[in-house]
Amino acid sequence: MATVTASTPRTLPSGLLKHRAVHKLLLIALAAAVLVPLANAQWASGSWPDALTVDLTGPLGKVSDWIIDNRDSHPLFLYFFGYVSNAVVISVRAVYLVLLGAGWAGVTAFGALVAWRVAGVRLALGTTAAFLACGLLGMWVPTMQTLALMVVAVLASVVVGALLGLAAGLSDRMDRILRPVLDTMQVMPAYAYLLPVVLVFGMGVPAAVLATVVYAAPPMARLTALGLQGADKEVLEAVESLGTTARQRLLTARIPLARKELLLGLNQTIMMALSMAVIASVIGAGGLGDRVYQALASVDVGAALAAGIPIVLLAVVLDRVTAAAGDGIERPGRAGWAYALVAAVAVAVVGRLAGRLDWPGSWTLNIAEPVNRAVDWMTGHLYSGVPLIGGTADWAAHFTTWILDPVRDGLQALPWWSVLLIVATLAWLIGTWRTALTAVLAMAAIGVLGVWTPALDTLSQVLAAVAVTLVLGFATAVAAARSDRVERLLRPVLDVFQTMPQFVYLIPVVALFGVGRAPAAAAAVVYALPAVVRITTQGLRQVDPAAMEASRSLGATSRQQLRQVQLPLARPALLLAVNQGVVLVLAVVVIGGLVGGGALGYDTVFGLAQGDLATGLVAGAAIVCLGLMLDRVTQPTERRTRKGA
Amino acid sequence: MRARAIAVGGALLLLTGCGAADMTKQASPFANAQGAKSVTLSVQSWVGAQANVAVAQYLLEHKLGYRVDTVQVDEVPAWDALSQGRVDAILEDWGHPEQEQRYVKDKKTITPGGGLGVTGHIGWYVPTYFAKQHPDVTNWKNLNKYASQLRTAESGGKGQLMDGSPSYVTNDKALVTNLDLDYQVVFAGSEAAQITQMKQFAKEKKPFLSYWYAPQWLFEKVPMTEVKLPAYKEGCDADPAKITCAYPHTPLQKYLNTDFAKSGGKAAALLKKFKWTTEDQNEVSLMIADQKLTPENAAKKWVDSHPSTWKAWLS
Repeated sequence: MATVTASTPRTLPSGLLKHRAVHKLLLIALAAAVLVPLANAQWASGSWPDALTVDLTGPLGKVSDWIIDNRDSHPLFLYFFGYVSNAVVISVRAVYLVLLGAGWAGVTAFGALVAWRVAGVRLALGTTAAFLACGLLGMWVPTMQTLALMVVAVLASVVVGALLGLAAGLSDRMDRILRPVLDTMQVMPAYAYLLPVVLVFGMGVPAAVLATVVYAAPPMARLTALGLQGADKEVLEAVESLGTTARQRLLTARIPLARKELLLGLNQTIMMALSMAVIASVIGAGGLGDRVYQALASVDVGAALAAGIPIVLLAVVLDRVTAAAGDGIERPGRAGWAYALVAAVAVAVVGRLAGRLDWPGSWTLNIAEPVNRAVDWMTGHLYSGVPLIGGTADWAAHFTTWILDPVRDGLQALPWWSVLLIVATLAWLIGTWRTALTAVLAMAAIGVLGVWTPALDTLSQVLAAVAVTLVLGFATAVAAARSDRVERLLRPVLDVFQTMPQFVYLIPVVALFGVGRAPAAAAAVVYALPAVVRITTQGLRQVDPAAMEASRSLGATSRQQLRQVQLPLARPALLLAVNQGVVLVLAVVVIGGLVGGGALGYDTVFGLAQGDLATGLVAGAAIVCLGLMLDRVTQPTERRTRKGA
Repeated sequence: MRARAIAVGGALLLLTGCGAADMTKQASPFANAQGAKSVTLSVQSWVGAQANVAVAQYLLEHKLGYRVDTVQVDEVPAWDALSQGRVDAILEDWGHPEQEQRYVKDKKTITPGGGLGVTGHIGWYVPTYFAKQHPDVTNWKNLNKYASQLRTAESGGKGQLMDGSPSYVTNDKALVTNLDLDYQVVFAGSEAAQITQMKQFAKEKKPFLSYWYAPQWLFEKVPMTEVKLPAYKEGCDADPAKITCAYPHTPLQKYLNTDFAKSGGKAAALLKKFKWTTEDQNEVSLMIADQKLTPENAAKKWVDSHPSTWKAWLS
């Protein structure tokens, strides 16, 4: 859910706003007074009524049987999916062989020179260091496998995303049709669509690449559409007055004007693809993700980290280079590129001639053992018996008993119609009747799918984790916004949090918090915190300096400034932070299922592990519905004033 | 969308020449990078399975000159991959009657590869230090007495029975209900999480009750004693909802892809003959999981010290 731009609500005179809210509340109360007795008489209260559920076990089981029975004979598979799968295998293999053929020196040189042309000397050095670190950790070959898979997946995602984005950017109707589709594609937990993809394509790289494309194409599509819609009207009119055709306008004006958004889309797509490349190891994607996953089996945090670090490094390098390309003002000349290419090829040839294609085995650092010792020491000391405050195990137990349990039991005890009412009220107060309707329908869909109770369990965990994330995130962000040094120190930490494959910290969170919902919440907080901190920091920093100056001249202390000037003025950013926090926490519900979170996350994992399409897909769909509902309840939208805005 | 799909399909047809694309004949793009004969083995997520594969891989590579790729997959998807030829063999299967019916008997895409020589058993275990203090805990009839001691925050007011990965065979929920036990089944969600939790409990000498299975290397680190459930009789687990009996002792089986079994040459012959004891497997597992040797080094150590066992597989 990379909603990069937040529509800032127009500031209405507060009296009018209050008036409108009261209006809405009255209407909802009226509707409730009419509908609740009816619903109650018809289906009773309590949990979602059985009469309103649809059991999908039968049909989904049939679908999966049909696929397995027809996979080797049906023309659809022989003449369509088979070719798709072949194309993926051939292209990944080609890229992989090129990377291996270039040798470690060639690949490093090429990466560094590209970074240098696009982003300057500092990033070139960073890129070199990153590639060398991958080799030092003994992960050269898996890194190349992941890179080959990534190159193909990102290219495919960019093509698919750009085409969808073009369609949406040029036609309002297309935009309206695509928006919910893109939402679904991104909120659906990656795990849930691994299973259908595996059924059709079988285990292995093709399935992994296609799952990655589904996951990583939406941000590209969104940002392409955004860039095309946001093109400067005056420029377009000027171009039109020159008598250009529609195609010429698109190619010469609209696309170049959207360059920034397109590159941001590429950046987002790369990040999503990389995170998916790890998750796809569960279905045999190979590469670094597979190493992380195998290290989990022997409960070896150190080995998992050794494979996780290259992923982080790749992510950071790719992120910085593509971001720099987006901000790049000066267009590097052709000559520079030619020199860079020649130099890279020269290095690769020298490497070949020296017979040093493979990373030398003697140049590896074994970090697994010291890391394991450090983790053992840390968890051993923190788990219990910290004087005065107890250990992490006690905290986790208290968190479960005092927060998670009451919230869960409270939600599950609410009559089903009252949950819908609460959702409707919240969504309507912050948005429009449309968003409220979407939220209510999403919540009702969960009931219809027959997973009401586990969904509320998951919801309670999400709410608790979001609360913790926001408290920590806002506190950190305030510190970072006030001091440049804090922000500089935080940046690499946040990068690591955000890009480290979650599989790596499964074992430490269990070692600290025991098995259950508490470590699931902890994993979610770690994952969602960076985005919340970043957005909030940026929001606080962008507060109008004039307002700050004025308040200072009135003699406000820095605390008063923060409370009465910065926070109110940064309200849109804070709301966006809340929204992103919710969406990201939801994204790792499945990872929570791997450490005892239970509910929908566990069901999704169960579906994949047992090849049980019905359980896995229904749980995945319910997570999507929860995501839609929470997104609409936390995202301020105003009434559409212009068409297609 | 459809038009584009057709266009893409058409383009691909042109690219690859006409004819059907048989997905069962596709290997991993990372396989055979040097053009060697290759075998793909599926590894399951527990260390015992890693040990089988490590030794088989070592012998195939060093004694027969194959290149071996391994893929880590959960059990049920692994059957599917085996039937498609994505992997050539599963070396340790704990019994999947549904899949056997479908792929071995009906479709005949998978061939039984004989026994592994190891007998697997699933059961409920308490740590030995706890069983020594309270010898009667090892009978299921007395479990309710200890429920309060086995409580955790996660199990609410009941005792905690910890289960692990969703891919494992388990009847625990039904057993708890049908035997009237005051316990809550808590799913750790993955074996890694379950082992980590058991180690933490053991460090503090806390009592716990957990679903676990033998052979498993963790017994060497955390000695555990089995809790006796009502004895297993043939067919007592036919109706999953009504189960009131223990888990069976399962002779673990190997399965090969049918084409590979026919035309896999020396590699298929070796895998069919591959058979070792529980002690053998545990020795290798411990080297991997506890001494943190790489699977390859662990396999080399075992191969160097047990020549008589594996030479029989190559004859």
